[in-house]
Amino acid sequence: MAAALLLAPIASSAQSGGLDPASLLEPLEDSWPTYSGDYSGRRYSRLAQVTTDNVQRLTLAWTRTIDSGMPALEGNNAPTFIGGEGTGDFTIGSQRIKGSILQVGDLLYVTAPDHVWALDVRDGGERWHYFWKTRGGPHIGNRGVAVWRDSVIFETVDNYLVSLNAKTGEERWHTEIASFEEQYFSTMAPIVVGDHLLVGTGNDLDAPGFLQSFDPATGELQWKFYTVPMTEQDPGIETWPSLDAAMHGGGQVWVPGSYDPETNYYIFGTGNPTPGYTGVARRGDNLFTCTLIAVDVDTGEMAWYFQTSPHDTHDWDSAQTPILIDGVIDGVPRKLVSTAARNGYFFTIDRVTGENLVTTRYGATSNWASHIRESGSPNPHPAKEAIIPGSLVSPVEGGVANWQPPAFSPDTGLFYTQENNGFNLLYLTDPDPRGSMGLGGKDRVTVGSGGNALSAIDYRTGETTWRHAWPVGGGGGAGVLTTAGGLVFTGDGSGNFVAFDAADGDLLWNTRIGNISNAPQTYLIDGRQHVLVAAGQQLFAFVMH
Amino acid sequence: MLQGAVTSRVVRGVGALTVALSPHVADVSVPGARPAAVLAAAQPPQTRDQRLYPALQREPGDPEVIARGQAVYGISCRACHGLDLRGGDLGGPNLLRSQLVLKDDGGDLMGPVIRDGQSGAGGSSMPPQNLSDADLDAVVEYIHDVLGTASRQGGPPAGEELELDILVGDATAGQTYFAERCASCHSPTGDLQGIGARVESPKELQDTWVRGGARNAERPPITVSVTLPSSQRVSGTLERLNDFLVVLTEDDGRHRSFSRRGDTPQVEVDDPMAAHREMLPLYGDTDIHNVTAYLVTLQ
Repeated sequence: MAAALLLAPIASSAQSGGLDPASLLEPLEDSWPTYSGDYSGRRYSRLAQVTTDNVQRLTLAWTRTIDSGMPALEGNNAPTFIGGEGTGDFTIGSQRIKGSILQVGDLLYVTAPDHVWALDVRDGGERWHYFWKTRGGPHIGNRGVAVWRDSVIFETVDNYLVSLNAKTGEERWHTEIASFEEQYFSTMAPIVVGDHLLVGTGNDLDAPGFLQSFDPATGELQWKFYTVPMTEQDPGIETWPSLDAAMHGGGQVWVPGSYDPETNYYIFGTGNPTPGYTGVARRGDNLFTCTLIAVDVDTGEMAWYFQTSPHDTHDWDSAQTPILIDGVIDGVPRKLVSTAARNGYFFTIDRVTGENLVTTRYGATSNWASHIRESGSPNPHPAKEAIIPGSLVSPVEGGVANWQPPAFSPDTGLFYTQENNGFNLLYLTDPDPRGSMGLGGKDRVTVGSGGNALSAIDYRTGETTWRHAWPVGGGGGAGVLTTAGGLVFTGDGSGNFVAFDAADGDLLWNTRIGNISNAPQTYLIDGRQHVLVAAGQQLFAFVMH
Repeated sequence: MLQGAVTSRVVRGVGALTVALSPHVADVSVPGARPAAVLAAAQPPQTRDQRLYPALQREPGDPEVIARGQAVYGISCRACHGLDLRGGDLGGPNLLRSQLVLKDDGGDLMGPVIRDGQSGAGGSSMPPQNLSDADLDAVVEYIHDVLGTASRQGGPPAGEELELDILVGDATAGQTYFAERCASCHSPTGDLQGIGARVESPKELQDTWVRGGARNAERPPITVSVTLPSSQRVSGTLERLNDFLVVLTEDDGRHRSFSRRGDTPQVEVDDPMAAHREMLPLYGDTDIHNVTAYLVTLQ
C-alpha cells in the first residue's frame, strides 16, 4: 500500500521540484525535513560526529533572536509578506519558539504564532518573513511548518492553512480548516505523507475533534476523520450517554503523530474529553478521546485504537507524539508503537493490531487510577475527580508529559521523556448535574512538586532504566533529541541546555543559554554536525569543529 | 456536619436560578441579577477586538432589544433550554456550546430553526415557535449577548455566587492525624493558635496547610552547606541550585557561587518545606478533609 502511494503520479501538482515527499521515508540523518525529523517520531539522528567522548567541544556557531511583533514594511533587509483575514489590530505580544524548525537545503523554517521565517542555515540571517494578520484566538504556540516540494505550509491560530513559496516566502493560497466561530484554534505542524497533508486543530469549547487530510498542492480537503461519534451509528457511541454529549466531546488533534509506511497507518493521540473537569454529563469511557488511533492515510478510516485514558476528567490529553519501534519482545520481533502519556502512564502497543503489550506508571506520584484494566488501560478512580471538598491529584494539569517531544534510541532501546510530578487540590465549583462547559467548573490549587526528572524507559517492560532527578525547581519545558553519537540532548529547566550519555544517564555537557522552549534538533551542514535549539525567542546553533 | 463548620463561597458557573447580565444591560431590573459593578470588575481590561473569538468580539446590541429578548426567552425557550441557556429538563440542548448558535449571524441560522422547528440530534426535536419578527430578532440578540459573557477556555459565563461547603471531614480523626503526623513541627497552641480564625475560609485554610503556607507568603529560607575538596565548609541561604552550579548568600551578605560536577563539591540542602512536599504522596483525601475540619476548630 505504501509503495502504491509513492508511485502514484503527482500529476495534479503544479510543482515537481523541491523536497520530494518520498525523501521523508528515509531515517533521520543529514537534514530535518518534517516535524519529528522522520516519520518514526524517534527523534534519533544517525549523525555521530558529536559523541559522548567529544561533546565537550561543541561550540556556538551562531545565535539569532526573532522579533514576533508586527513587522515593519520598510527598512527590512529581507522580503516581508503580510497576509491574513484580520484587521492587523489584534496584539499577539511576544511569542516563544515552541515547535520544530525544519531544515531543508540552505534554509531553516522557524515559526511562532502568525509568523514564519526562512533563515540562512549558516548564520541565521533572514531570507524572508511571512506574517499573518489574525482574527484572534489564543496565541499559545505554533509547532512548525510542513515542507512539500517548493511549498512551506503552516496553520494559523484562527484556523487557516497557508501555503507559501518555500524559496521566496510569497503566499500561494490559504484555506479555512475549522470554524473560528465555534472557537477552534490551530497550532499543529502539518505532516506531509505522499500527496496528503495531515492537519489537526484544537478547541476548548465542547466541540468535536478531527484530523483532516488536504491536498498539499491545492489545499482541497481529501478526508475528515472525527475522533468522537457524530451519528448514532458511529463506533464508540455506546461510551457516551447521548449523541449530543459525544458531539460536544472534544478529543482534539493538536500534536503531530507518526507514520508507518508498511501499514500506511498514521498513528496519533487525541485530546481530552469535554467538558474537561466535569464528567457527570458524559459518563462512560468517551471514545475516542485520550486515545491512540491508527488511520489509513489514503482513506481516513480507523484501523485500530487503544484508549490511554478512559473518561479523563483532568485535562490530560493523550496527544503526545507516539514513537514507532521495531523491537523484540519475549524473543519475538514486533512492530510496536510506544507513548508516554500526559496522565503519567507508559504504553507499548502492537502497531499493526493495536494490541496492548505494556502498561506501566512512569509518573512517580501519579495517583488518579484505581487499577489497570485487562485491556491495559488505566482505570480512573472517581474519588480523584474534582470534588467539592477537594481531591489531591497528581500530576497537575500540565501532566507528567505534554507536547514536548520524547525520543527513542534503537542503540540503547530506551525511550527518553521528561517526567514532571506535581500536586493540585482540585475542587468542584459547579456541581450542576448538566456539567460545566470547556475547562470550567473547577478550582485548581497547586500545592507542591513531587520532583521532576528525565526518565529513560525500557520499551519492552515499561520499567525505568535510568532516571535523572532534576534539582528542585528544574524540569519541564524542553523536548528531547537522541543521536547515534550515544547522546541525549534536552533542557534542565534551570537555564541549561544539557547532554547526557544515552546509555547510563551520565551528565556530560551543559551550556547556560536560558530555558529551552522546544526540542533540540541536529543536521549536517558543510560536512559538520550542527545542533539547533530554541530558548524563548532566541535560536542557538552549535557545531562540532 | 461537625461543630464549627463554616461554609465557603465559591463562584459558580451560570446559576440555575438567575441569568448573568452583561454590564450594558444591568440597568434592566431582574431579581437576583448580580450588580453591574461586580460583573464589570470580572471582565478582562481589554477592548473588544482584543478578545479571542467572534462571540466575544461582537459589538453589544441595543439594551432594550436584549431586555425584550430575555423576556421572550423566558416565555418561549426557557423550559427546554434552561434559564441559563445551558440546557433544561425537557431536553433542549445547551445553546452556549451549540455549533449552530455559535455560527449564527443575526439570526440567519437560528431564525429558521426558531420559526420552523427541527428534528434535533439524538432524537430530540424542537417545535416551531410562533414569534413576531421583532420578538424573534430580540431573542436572537439576547442569546448572542449571553454568549458574549463566556469565560476563558470554553467556560460558561460567571453566574451568581454559590455556597459550597467543603467541610466534610471528622475533626476528631483530624486531631488524631495531626498529633501523629504534624505535631513534630506544628502546635495547635503555638504556631497554629487561632488558625481557624486567622484564615478567611475553610478552603483557603485547606489550601494553605497542604501547601505549607499561604499562596503569596514568604517561604522560610532554604539553607545550604557546601563542602569543598579542601574540607572547607561554606554555608548560607540558597539562591540557585542546578546540576552545574550552587549559589548562596552567607550570613554576612557575601554572595558565593561554586561550580558543581557530580558530587563535587558536596552540597547539602536543608529545605524547611521538604517535609510538606514529602507528605504529599502520603495523604489520603479523607486525611486532608479531617485535618482541615480539625484546624477550623482552632479559633
